[in-house]
Amino acid sequence: MSPEPRAAGIDRRTVLKASLLAGGGLALDALIPLPFGAAHAAAGEPAVAAELSAFVAIAPDGTVTIMSKNPEIGQGIKTSLPMIVADELDCDWSQVRIAQAEVDQARYGEQYAGGSTATTRDWMPMRQTGAAARAMLVQAAANRLKVDAAELTTGKGRIFHRATGRSLGYGEVASAAASLPPPDPSRVPLKDPAQFSIIGRPTIGVDSHRIVKGEPIFGIDTRLPGMLYAVYEVAPAYGGRLVKADVAAAQRAAGVRHVIPMTGNGDYDSGLADGVAILATNWWLANEARAKLVVEWDLSAAAGHSSSAYRARAEAMIAARPAEDLRVDGDPTRQLAAAVKRVAARYDYPFIAHAPMEPQNCAARYHDGKLEIWAPSQTPQRGLTVLEKALGIGPENIRLHLTRCGGGFGRRLMNDYMVQAAAIARAVPGVPVQLIWSREDDMRRDYYRPGGWHSFEAGIGANGELIAFADHFVTFGDGKTPARAAGYNVAMPPAGLVPHLRYSQSMMPTVVTTGALRAPGSNALAFASQSFLDEVALAAGTDLPALMLTLLGERREVPAPGNGIAFDTGRARDVIEKVLAISGWSTRSAQPGRGRGFAFYFSHRGYFAEVVEASVAGDAVQVHKVWVAGDIGSQIVNPMGAENQVRGAVIDGLAQALAGQAIEFVDGVVQQSNFDSFPLARMPLTPEIEIAWVKSAKPPTGLGEPALPPVIPALANAIFAATGTRVRSLPVRLKAA
Amino acid sequence: MGYRLEINGAVHEVDVPAEMPLLWVLRDELGLVGTKYGCGRGLCGACTVHVDGAAQRSCLLRVGSLGKAKIRTIEQIGATEIGARLQRAWLEIDVMQCGYCQAGQIMTACALLSRTSQPSDAEINAAMTGNICRCACYHRIRSAIRTAAGVEEAGHVA
Ligand code: FES
Ligand code: FES
Repeated sequence: MSPEPRAAGIDRRTVLKASLLAGGGLALDALIPLPFGAAHAAAGEPAVAAELSAFVAIAPDGTVTIMSKNPEIGQGIKTSLPMIVADELDCDWSQVRIAQAEVDQARYGEQYAGGSTATTRDWMPMRQTGAAARAMLVQAAANRLKVDAAELTTGKGRIFHRATGRSLGYGEVASAAASLPPPDPSRVPLKDPAQFSIIGRPTIGVDSHRIVKGEPIFGIDTRLPGMLYAVYEVAPAYGGRLVKADVAAAQRAAGVRHVIPMTGNGDYDSGLADGVAILATNWWLANEARAKLVVEWDLSAAAGHSSSAYRARAEAMIAARPAEDLRVDGDPTRQLAAAVKRVAARYDYPFIAHAPMEPQNCAARYHDGKLEIWAPSQTPQRGLTVLEKALGIGPENIRLHLTRCGGGFGRRLMNDYMVQAAAIARAVPGVPVQLIWSREDDMRRDYYRPGGWHSFEAGIGANGELIAFADHFVTFGDGKTPARAAGYNVAMPPAGLVPHLRYSQSMMPTVVTTGALRAPGSNALAFASQSFLDEVALAAGTDLPALMLTLLGERREVPAPGNGIAFDTGRARDVIEKVLAISGWSTRSAQPGRGRGFAFYFSHRGYFAEVVEASVAGDAVQVHKVWVAGDIGSQIVNPMGAENQVRGAVIDGLAQALAGQAIEFVDGVVQQSNFDSFPLARMPLTPEIEIAWVKSAKPPTGLGEPALPPVIPALANAIFAATGTRVRSLPVRLKAA
Repeated sequence: MGYRLEINGAVHEVDVPAEMPLLWVLRDELGLVGTKYGCGRGLCGACTVHVDGAAQRSCLLRVGSLGKAKIRTIEQIGATEIGARLQRAWLEIDVMQCGYCQAGQIMTACALLSRTSQPSDAEINAAMTGNICRCACYHRIRSAIRTAAGVEEAGHVA
């Protein structure tokens, strides 16, 4: 998820390579040259390193196989990218088979799920590949029928010569097409979007029919002959080192085959923490044997790393001068002092866990210096790098199979479980091993969304306009660099929209591992900033949507500092106006105990404005309805998946706020362990959700994340509207009346 | 200990400790991996199976307590009339995102429809509240149950 996707539109021209499929038919590889100086253009590769972005094969029987190279984590990419290829190819979706690619750096380049990046990156290359394959098939048919290609039309995988009433199936000319030179992809004619017949049509996920029958497709379902099941016991506290382990009793436990103390590489952040591996014939037996381990740990590294200590430190830091300014526009100090009205408030939010439904797991086999791995990972190639670093086994000696992931949310951007599984497998050469984390392991060794604290100040002018804005952010880091996913976003609205602004930051160290969680950065920053701006709007005698529309001003692009993504005020305005219209914002009525709140946010290239209606009785909050207006560009590739993603993101956000989610530490020991102490959304929490798309004329972008950030502040603002109580801390904890 | 278990109409013999939960007998002894591990403590419903027709959390069912019970898992739920209807409804509106929880959801929904052929929304909420979907496909789960029960046409998701 983090970092934000690299800028779209970098000129990387697709190159096509055609070949004859084994057994006849056309195989078309689409290669995209890697950008100059790409880190992984290793020595020994061709002069122009290229990644295969798509692979299409048309067999003599007309079957079209499209390879899906990216990990599937529930975001629907295994369905939506092939839909783009198939539409331009002009075949029938029922002819299409999807194959999941193995991990192969040299061949496929980046294979990645995160940052809502895939649609942005691959939209054009996928279309060009499909269109090029179609053009080759048409040319082959023209040769066969001895007519001009321009006289031919296509549809549902057939080529028609209307004048003579003749037609050919794609399969019939596929082998002949393989010997034709592929066209220049940048010149190949593309469909008019009005003619799309697969893109934009609700389409069932390609694995769905297997899922409803319980077929084995997830990482945890991997079964290898002679496989042993493993658990990996680590220190109770972060950074704990193994002093000594008495494994005799565990060794004698039922079903146990091996008990192996493991020394980490000292870099517990990349995953090879010290620990003890237990291998048994059944995972439950391995897990039961943990209780028989007698281990002495050195937990001194985590002493003092407690939530209460973090909070006290943050309160002291936030009252002091910021350690550094991140962005200063105009003269915020003077303008805040001169303001007619000043508003100030502090906000904070806790660490939270990803808790994907499928716990971390990985199967591995080590034999003759070679590793074979089956992993549910969002970043398999990063996994290869980490494996080399931790175990000294290079990518040339690793074969990595991607499995479907039972949810990601950013957790599987990290590959700690893969390193552990590989280390265990290496300790028992020839024996396939499946490491499975218990839910408790998963909850206690996450790369959490880090907690944070904000001290905001705003200055309002004589006409109720926002003239100055400041935020002092207290986060985690080593004093120079924030911890992973603990950084600030200096482009966060209202930056660029108010003349005088200061964003500043102070940091404290942590031993806890942090990382990206769905809409990283934005998920927390949206809550703090949009809730505070609601306070500002009310103090200025207006409401938040009106304040936002005033701030946005004319339609224009506000450039982001560095090479960040420019912010289009027109697109923001359109989604805000849309959500106000569909929710009937201007005619909303105030009722005691029931209110509506609004928020807007821009993240991962998506523009979302949301309205929440909630009622409050005592300390209980009920969400009745959520209205969502979003702009992710000109096309929703698969509306079936898109709607599901938006609903999921909205409910995810509501659960972060309302279910009581917070991860807490005492001397580096995580206090939560399972779904009772870290609750997730359940069906009764689910409100009605109404979604409206604003289709701007921009290239389509991803949807895994941007619908989440606005819902939390919209909820907090609704609670204020209902009760007059301002939620300045997550999770929401209201006092019982 | 040796146990004879009737699962999906076939008898399986396993040699495991009496305390081993049925979940791990299914997954690691018999290779029936459709039944999923989510929490191991009865909190998520991912491991739901039918024991004599009733939805049960297999992570809490000790194999020694099963006796002659008839067990059915997701792999064979399509052989029941209600199970097949639910699978069809699940596909018609493509309920799932990651899909990991869905076996448990379908098993719980199937037990609900066997008891209450036309459940109200409140009854659906009550029956399904023990099944977590981290991807939060709850609207579609509810809608698919309604569709399978014949109280709603496919495609409507509120
Ligand atoms: S695994 Fe049995 S209820 Fe969660
Ligand atoms: S579909 Fe992912 S947990 Fe339910």
